[in-house]
Amino acid sequence: MFLTVTSTEKPATNLGYLLHKNPQRPQTHELTFGKAHVFYPVANDKKCTAVLMLDINSLDLARTRKKAYMGLFDYVNDRPYVSSSFLSVALSQVYSSAMAGRCKKKPELVDKKMRLKAVISMVKCKGGEEFIRKLFEPLGYSIAITSYMLDDKFEEWGKSPYYTINLENNCTLKQLLNHVYILLPVLDNKKHYWIGKDEVEKLLNHGQEWLAEHPDKSMIINRYLNYKKSFANIAFDVLTSEEETEEREERPVSEEALNLNQQRLGTVMAVLKSEGINSVIDLGCGEGKLLKMLQSDRQFNNIAGMDVSVTALERARDRLRLDDVPEFKRERINLFQGSLMYRDKRFSGYDAATVIEVIEHFDISRLAAFEKIVFGYARPRVVVITTPNFDYNKNYENLMEGNMRHRDHRFEWTGDQFQNWCLDICIKYRYSVRFIDIGDKDSRQITPTQMGVFKR
Amino acid sequence: MNLKIPELSLVVLIGPSGSGKSTFAKKYFRPTEVLSSDFCRGLVSDNENDQTATKAAFEVLHFIAAKRLEAGKLTVIDATNVQPSARKPLIQLARQYHCLPVAIVLDMSERLCQDRNEKREDRSFSKHVIKQHKQYLRKSIRGLKKEGFRYIYTFTNEEDVSNLEIERQPLWNNLRHIKGPFDIIGDIHGCAGELEMLLTKMGYIIEEKEFDYEGFGYNIAHPEGRKAVFLGDLTDRGPDSLKVLKIVMSMVNSESAFCVPGNHDIKLLKKLNGKNVELKHGLDRTIEQLEGQPDKFLGHVKEFINSLISHYIFDDGNLVVAHGGMKESLQGRGSGKVREFALFGETTGETDEFGLPVRYNWADEYRGSAIVVYGHTPVTEIEWINNTIDIDTGCVFGGKLTALRYPEKELVSVEALYKYYEPVKPFESVTEKAYEQPDRDNDMLDITDVSGKKILSTRLRRNITIPEQNSAAAIEVMSRFVADPHWLIYLPPTMSPCETSGIQEYLEHPEEAFSYYRQRGIDRVVCEEKHMGSRAVVIACRDEEAASKTFKAADGQKGICYTRTGREFFSEEDLKNAFIDEVVDTLTQSEFWEKFETDWVCLDCELMPWSAKAQLLLKEQYSAVGTAGVQSLRQVVPLLNEAAGRELICFEVSNETSGKNMDIKELAARYQEKMEMLNKYVEAYRKYCWPVNSLHGYKLAPFHIMAVEGRTFINKEHLWHMNEINEICKAGSNLLMATNFMEVDVTNDDSIKGGVDWWYGLTQNGGEGMVVKPLDFTVKNENGLIQPAVKCRGREYLRIIYGPEYMLDKNMKKLKKRSLGKKRSLALREYALGVEALERFTRNEPLYRVHECVFGVLALESEPVDPRL
Repeated sequence: MFLTVTSTEKPATNLGYLLHKNPQRPQTHELTFGKAHVFYPVANDKKCTAVLMLDINSLDLARTRKKAYMGLFDYVNDRPYVSSSFLSVALSQVYSSAMAGRCKKKPELVDKKMRLKAVISMVKCKGGEEFIRKLFEPLGYSIAITSYMLDDKFEEWGKSPYYTINLENNCTLKQLLNHVYILLPVLDNKKHYWIGKDEVEKLLNHGQEWLAEHPDKSMIINRYLNYKKSFANIAFDVLTSEEETEEREERPVSEEALNLNQQRLGTVMAVLKSEGINSVIDLGCGEGKLLKMLQSDRQFNNIAGMDVSVTALERARDRLRLDDVPEFKRERINLFQGSLMYRDKRFSGYDAATVIEVIEHFDISRLAAFEKIVFGYARPRVVVITTPNFDYNKNYENLMEGNMRHRDHRFEWTGDQFQNWCLDICIKYRYSVRFIDIGDKDSRQITPTQMGVFKR
Repeated sequence: MNLKIPELSLVVLIGPSGSGKSTFAKKYFRPTEVLSSDFCRGLVSDNENDQTATKAAFEVLHFIAAKRLEAGKLTVIDATNVQPSARKPLIQLARQYHCLPVAIVLDMSERLCQDRNEKREDRSFSKHVIKQHKQYLRKSIRGLKKEGFRYIYTFTNEEDVSNLEIERQPLWNNLRHIKGPFDIIGDIHGCAGELEMLLTKMGYIIEEKEFDYEGFGYNIAHPEGRKAVFLGDLTDRGPDSLKVLKIVMSMVNSESAFCVPGNHDIKLLKKLNGKNVELKHGLDRTIEQLEGQPDKFLGHVKEFINSLISHYIFDDGNLVVAHGGMKESLQGRGSGKVREFALFGETTGETDEFGLPVRYNWADEYRGSAIVVYGHTPVTEIEWINNTIDIDTGCVFGGKLTALRYPEKELVSVEALYKYYEPVKPFESVTEKAYEQPDRDNDMLDITDVSGKKILSTRLRRNITIPEQNSAAAIEVMSRFVADPHWLIYLPPTMSPCETSGIQEYLEHPEEAFSYYRQRGIDRVVCEEKHMGSRAVVIACRDEEAASKTFKAADGQKGICYTRTGREFFSEEDLKNAFIDEVVDTLTQSEFWEKFETDWVCLDCELMPWSAKAQLLLKEQYSAVGTAGVQSLRQVVPLLNEAAGRELICFEVSNETSGKNMDIKELAARYQEKMEMLNKYVEAYRKYCWPVNSLHGYKLAPFHIMAVEGRTFINKEHLWHMNEINEICKAGSNLLMATNFMEVDVTNDDSIKGGVDWWYGLTQNGGEGMVVKPLDFTVKNENGLIQPAVKCRGREYLRIIYGPEYMLDKNMKKLKKRSLGKKRSLALREYALGVEALERFTRNEPLYRVHECVFGVLALESEPVDPRL
């Protein structure tokens, strides 16, 4: 909502010249999303404080919502009260001269380091205090952070993600403003406008003097550019030296680098090959990571991906580049929306069905329907199912005892629970099953993921 | 001359070009029944004579023919069809759709054909074409029967063709004109004693008389003219197949019964015909029992079995009977496949560990509107599955002999006197259904029940369209979050607010709610306090048995509490059970079950506190905005005051352009006001929150009794609902609470004032407001349904809906321009669908029929609409 900048370097009122804002004259600037006010609560020889305060009407935000705002604006909205990309935009417009390092009357002040204090309120940051420190401390700031409860009356609701940040540094005003300009949206991890290519320029422009040296520059770049890879790469190339770039590219992809999901999908591929599978349907294909692997292997001539989410399927379409690949390749893959809670003729006719990290998203009471649909009706020759192994959860430091790995998991099974379930299916539907452990074994020889391979 | 063809057939016209096929087709068939190859050529190429388009033209022709036959429409193919290769795909098509192929050959003289072609301006091809046609025809005409045509008519001169009478014969299985009432009797297997008992129990008079070849020693009839329908498997295994045959043959002869054949009957016929049949599965006993019977009698038995029709369609197509069942696409058709299905049901081709064929559970997939009654597979419990019912209760295995009375749908049965035969599988487990599934899921929903664009027919509002994109969204919600569909018998509609108030400082005010109803011809309304909680549907059953019978509940489950979108409220098992137990206990104590003659009830309620379900919303939205706002304002207001207190150069204030001078005092005052509004906003949401750690702390306020066994209560006045619910709450419960309400005459100023004051009282201290409903639950006027309820929310409450600063004049002005049209239209459609779902459920309709309605409500909910309404 506001940023205060305080100078205690005599004569402190020099701050007014640097900011191009007369301490004696409160003023208002019209912006596209509302107003910004500048005023000075204190302005004397010893101390001078300038406040840049946003004045946004949440109702107007909601009304003028365009596609670019993408659901950021609900009607009951924190945006008017936080310091986010809105404040950055206000900074660049209201304090543009100061940020560019222009000062007609006292040009000698521009590059003068001085004791500056700043208060930013409120900063929304899900990463907590540690994250805030990680961003500012490498830039030389000493920092004090105030945190808040979500509601004093309901302590059980816990801490809020909002903070007031007090910064202190011996630096130029230009530096301070540019730091804040870049880091606000990085803290908030959201932007109120569409990220276009000009955003890269802004980042380079405001960050050129310091970003390259920042230990967390890649994280800053990614978050600032909303994780757009192509944009981030441009920024990287400019900011990092040639040596570093080469190093980055030449680093070999080592065996150990495979993450759990890669290991899981790799195992699925191996199983499908060993069973001599030619046609396969991935039930709950999500964004199509497995499909992509299947697509690039000629053994699989008939591939289908089913998911309950239309959005996931659209992403899968992109990942598989279905709109670009030649027709013969496209014809091998069929994507469609479906559900494992409804019987579906389209599931039939494949050698194998894969159900990768899906069952734990069903309520236990609805598993029987799933079983009947896959093993009773579709009845492929081979069914591959993977699910987390609850026994392994002890190895996750951040996971509280008894908790599950994902908010939407309805259950996570121990090895015994999973195997018993599989064996029941075999009896009911006349399949046989073998089990494969996936992931690195812990000291008790337990792996994070378990797999059942059913055969008819 | 009279030309007989089956009413559902594929008529293939055969003859050279110019033989008069098109004229023939035009004269004797409806234009839409005739598919001409020339016409199809035109369709695909703009030129009826373009021979290069022939291939595409026939693809189109075959496609249309397939669609027509699938729909059960007689179809005439107008093409030369002189070669076997041209006829072959047509015969295949007829087989695929189980209808009979008919050949009508116009074998006119070459001369005649040539003459005709010469007269036609649009056609010119050399004479040898017709000559060739004639040759082809000559070569293959004798083979038509062998090719598969069941009726073949050949004409060689014009006169014969011009004087025809085409008689469309109904199929033998078509008895649509016979409407019953019927008593449909399951597999008898020689249990003559039980059969006599059952017939007597149902009121049939059985007279024994001297044996003759008409009555076979019996005269059996029902005094009210009811007809018995025997589902086959009359013989084998049991003690007296001979007597059963006599009784059934007598009843069929005297037209007091119909009979369809079972696989055992057919096997007996084969044996009697001298075929080599193994004497297994009880046939040996029948043969023993028939020993010594005169050949004449055996001849009658053979003739009788031989005359049986695979299945019957009765009562305008509403009732289908067959021994092994009949799926929709085969009903009313005739072919070997149909007969096989009728005898054995559908099998997967696999056999199980007992050597019995594994049955494919066709009933599970059945979506037809006709009731199918069948036997063949003995079951211990009779169950309706998607409009089908298997009534073979295994009498010969010591079970029961059962009849279904139609149209009453009542079951009548008699216990077996003995266990006459040991089944191959232990009878208790002889479900013989696919893979011996537990019964829970045998009414499995199919993706085609819900996906794509749907048009649902409802009693209250006729056809409601569910657009495809809404279905797609609902599939995800339904699959990921929603409770077991067996419980989802109702979802409440969204509710629209009243019109926007004309009073400056109010967005909503009761006046508008009252006038909405007054203007639509309603005099009295009921105002109900709107509790600020979450809408909940509660289904409670008297006991676990009732829950498992009516809702296929899992073990130990006696009911459910789910949200407006079908999500279970509680995830923790203990709390879930304690909650339902408390509701059930209260209902039991209030003697609800006895009073309403039911084992279950569906209640429409509000569940409090709001914070119990809306945790995430509260944390991520409401308290988040509160904290961010209150804390930042607390910091900035002193800064503003400080700045305002300084000696500043005062300029003329104007805010037209950027960087203009600003009135700091005004700004400081405004932000002070902002802070106060934010504090009030925090107060507003806090009122609806309290911590709950166990069942203690929850409050459930029912306001509608939606339905109980066999009936809904949407025909009862709201005052009735309020009073009945009050009665329940009187039983004393920490959980259930009655809702405050008041009746208002909207034509009487005093009464209106009373209502408005009541509302002020409710809302001044932050109460959510009230819901205004017409006294009658469902009201229709000449323009259709009117809103079953409108809400009228309090000023304080609306802070959490429209934001902390909504009361500012400039904001209020904008907010008043809201539009209610879409919300109201949705509310009516959802209401009609929700009621339809309940009504279908109370009529015992199949799950998919109920599900498509609640699915429709969810789908409509995905339609974007202003969430603040």
